[in-house]
Amino acid sequence: MLRKSNREVLSKLSELGNEIYAEIERGEFPRIRIPSRTTSNIVFDEELGQFVLGDQRSLRSAANIKQIRSLTQLLWVASFAKRLVSEGKSSTLRDLYYHSLNYGIKFREQTESDDTVTDLETLLGEPREGFNIFPKERSAIFGDLEIEYTTPETHKGRRVNLGSNPDGVMVGLSVAQADFLSCNADKVFVIEKNAVFRRFIEERVYDKFNAILIDTAGQAPRLARLLIRRLNQELGLPVYLLTDADPWGMHIAMVIIRGSANAAHLRDLTTVRAKWVGLWATDIKRFNLPSFPLTKLDEERIRLLEEDMRYRDFEWQSELQEFKKTKRRAELEAFSAHGLTAIVDKYLPKKLKMIEEN
Amino acid sequence: MSREKFQSISAADFFYRNREIAGFDNPVRATYTIIRELVENALDACEQYSIPPDVRTKLIGEGNSIYRIRVEDNGIGVPYDQVPYAFGQILFGSKYMLRQSRGIFGLGGKMAVLYGQITAHSSVKVLSSTGGFEKYFYELNINVQENKPIVRRKEVTPNPGRWRGTIIEFSFEGDYVRAKPKVVEYFRQTSILLPYANILFIDPDGTLYRFDKITDEMPKPAETVKPHPYGVDLEIVHRMINATRSSTMVDFLVNNFHRVGAATAINFLKEAKISQNANPRTLDSKELLRLVNKMKEFDGFQPPDAQCLSPIGEELLKKGIVREFRPEYVAVTQRGASAYAGYPFIVEAAIAYGGDIPITPQDEMLVFRFANKIPLLYDLHSDVTMKVIKKINWQRYRLDLSSMPLAFFVHICATKVPYKTVGKEYIADRPEVEYEIEWALKTCARDIRAHLAKKEKADIVQRRLSVFERYLPMIANFSTELAGNGKPPDYEKVLRRVQAHAKEVEQRSLVEAE
Repeated sequence: MLRKSNREVLSKLSELGNEIYAEIERGEFPRIRIPSRTTSNIVFDEELGQFVLGDQRSLRSAANIKQIRSLTQLLWVASFAKRLVSEGKSSTLRDLYYHSLNYGIKFREQTESDDTVTDLETLLGEPREGFNIFPKERSAIFGDLEIEYTTPETHKGRRVNLGSNPDGVMVGLSVAQADFLSCNADKVFVIEKNAVFRRFIEERVYDKFNAILIDTAGQAPRLARLLIRRLNQELGLPVYLLTDADPWGMHIAMVIIRGSANAAHLRDLTTVRAKWVGLWATDIKRFNLPSFPLTKLDEERIRLLEEDMRYRDFEWQSELQEFKKTKRRAELEAFSAHGLTAIVDKYLPKKLKMIEEN
Repeated sequence: MSREKFQSISAADFFYRNREIAGFDNPVRATYTIIRELVENALDACEQYSIPPDVRTKLIGEGNSIYRIRVEDNGIGVPYDQVPYAFGQILFGSKYMLRQSRGIFGLGGKMAVLYGQITAHSSVKVLSSTGGFEKYFYELNINVQENKPIVRRKEVTPNPGRWRGTIIEFSFEGDYVRAKPKVVEYFRQTSILLPYANILFIDPDGTLYRFDKITDEMPKPAETVKPHPYGVDLEIVHRMINATRSSTMVDFLVNNFHRVGAATAINFLKEAKISQNANPRTLDSKELLRLVNKMKEFDGFQPPDAQCLSPIGEELLKKGIVREFRPEYVAVTQRGASAYAGYPFIVEAAIAYGGDIPITPQDEMLVFRFANKIPLLYDLHSDVTMKVIKKINWQRYRLDLSSMPLAFFVHICATKVPYKTVGKEYIADRPEVEYEIEWALKTCARDIRAHLAKKEKADIVQRRLSVFERYLPMIANFSTELAGNGKPPDYEKVLRRVQAHAKEVEQRSLVEAE
């Protein structure tokens, strides 16, 4: 998906440049209207099953002393993005911030340049990965999937099997943009915890369940979410999400399914058909798992999620109610109390069956 | 039977015994007072005749706390036969007439001489000339008991250069080391008010303090004026009657009083039930008392006229302040004439901002007070000016006394300055005076506020402009890169719109400030 839009991204950038250029030539103050990302302008789109931005737009005009600086910054990020994309290079948010110091574009700190990147995403409707800008990656993938790199130029055409590295392969831009050549797996397990990801490799879960394993290492980075979506859409693989039994783990699953408010300006990051396997709150009793009491912070988080549009479905609500009732939480690792392979032998088959029967 | 011995003492004797009332209570204060009195006499000798003053003062230490002072001026000089009385007899002169001058009785200079005589056994040496063919030298002492000059030596010499002025020299017991800060401050402040004067002072350490004139303009000299009926008492009227040649009361009033015409005099005499044709000399004591009392009550007199006064004027005041402080801005104002108790007065004020003016804590505000062109250096906190400054709500003028570099100047000139004490160091809070000072300062404050607002606006406009100048070229370049064009667009047109806007704002604020 990203690969395909390189040309599209470039044409959007040059269109932006042409508009500004023409305005200046006409002796007008250049101005840009960006969809507003304020909470009042974030709405839940039923059809897409994710948050999207509403119709409100905010103005960045060179005629306004308070806006001219951020307009300049935005145009610099755009021209930086153009160079990255057209030269087939990539950058991180941190790297971009340091680059800016070369141009007299005074970003006070990195959060400001990060924000400007988000502005550009919002303006052009393209994720920053489309501009070859991505955050430090933490997520990894493992499984019997053959890919062919399309970027960078140095690796173009090279092939690799994602089952070849026992630590998994880090999900960076190149993996996320690679072509899928052949795949022998028939499902994807997305796992919140690296420890469980490793256990799944050691226990040959990929073999036993014929699955591709993805470690999100907490909240899934956007490249991981893109990759999950591609596996689901391009290869038609069902996706199963494994998280801790607490409001945070629950939300990791939710963001993969329905996206986040932070990325409301972006489409094509969500995997609406992905299934949350657990741990559910009800699993604590069901599997007699060691658990801990909820913290105050956990309880507040639960209250927030209760009112969240994304959680209004019955299944999600009932899990939230269970948390409120039991006031207990459990982690994926809790299965170790029942033996090294309990999670693989007992839990997974049973939960997958439950989900399929639904 | 009383063994008390009664005796009368001379004026000289009286002041000799009560020298503290004239500012000679200790060697420190005496040093300051002597310099001040002599310099003021010198300045008066010039200003009354529109001569730009050129006053040189030299103080020489002679050891054992004895100093010799020499003050030299280019004034009109003292006529030959007047010299002994002018320097050797206290309360010499007739002052029934009123005139704005630095001293009132011509007392200070003679007190200085007397002080030198009693502390250092010094006689005074005077060299003077009115610019004629001769100059004359006197060496004098005062006979304290009889209040008479004793001429020790007298010399008349040719004056080929037609020199004009007065040089006075004598010794006294003083303490310059401790008086120094006030003395130097006195010269400095005097120079602020007199930008048309050359003032020079060499102190005993050999340090030269020099204030050169920066203008030849001078305020018009003060004129002598007859007393206003509101400002006289029984004694003064009595003396006037003894001196008058008028044969009728109407003539007497018209000839001797300020702003009293024939019609006013007739109306007033009717009210006082005194015949208009009566000979003033024939009034009995009852009638005299009625006359004086009625003068205070009668509301038909024109208020006193300040034409006779000699204010500094806004331009000169500004010049003096600018020379001393190089401020960023000075607001100056001169109030119209007013009067208290029959004495006309005019208040002038200035507030200076920025430049060399330091930011001071609120209790060390820079407040400069002048009365009849004399700086007042003592008792600031008892002065009416201070009362007014404390009363004004400066926030209304967006002035913050504790965080802004501000200096305040108030000059009151009057035929009779309402000093609170004999020491003549601070002004009493007469309501009329207080009112004038308050409005003078408020007028200046408004002016300063307008200046600061204008400056702030101009700053903002300039900052705006520089922001546009900084970012527009960048925007042009980035858009060129994005569009893939060869050369950047011409952003000058856009910049010119910003500049036009800046100019417009500036002009609007100029109009507002006016």
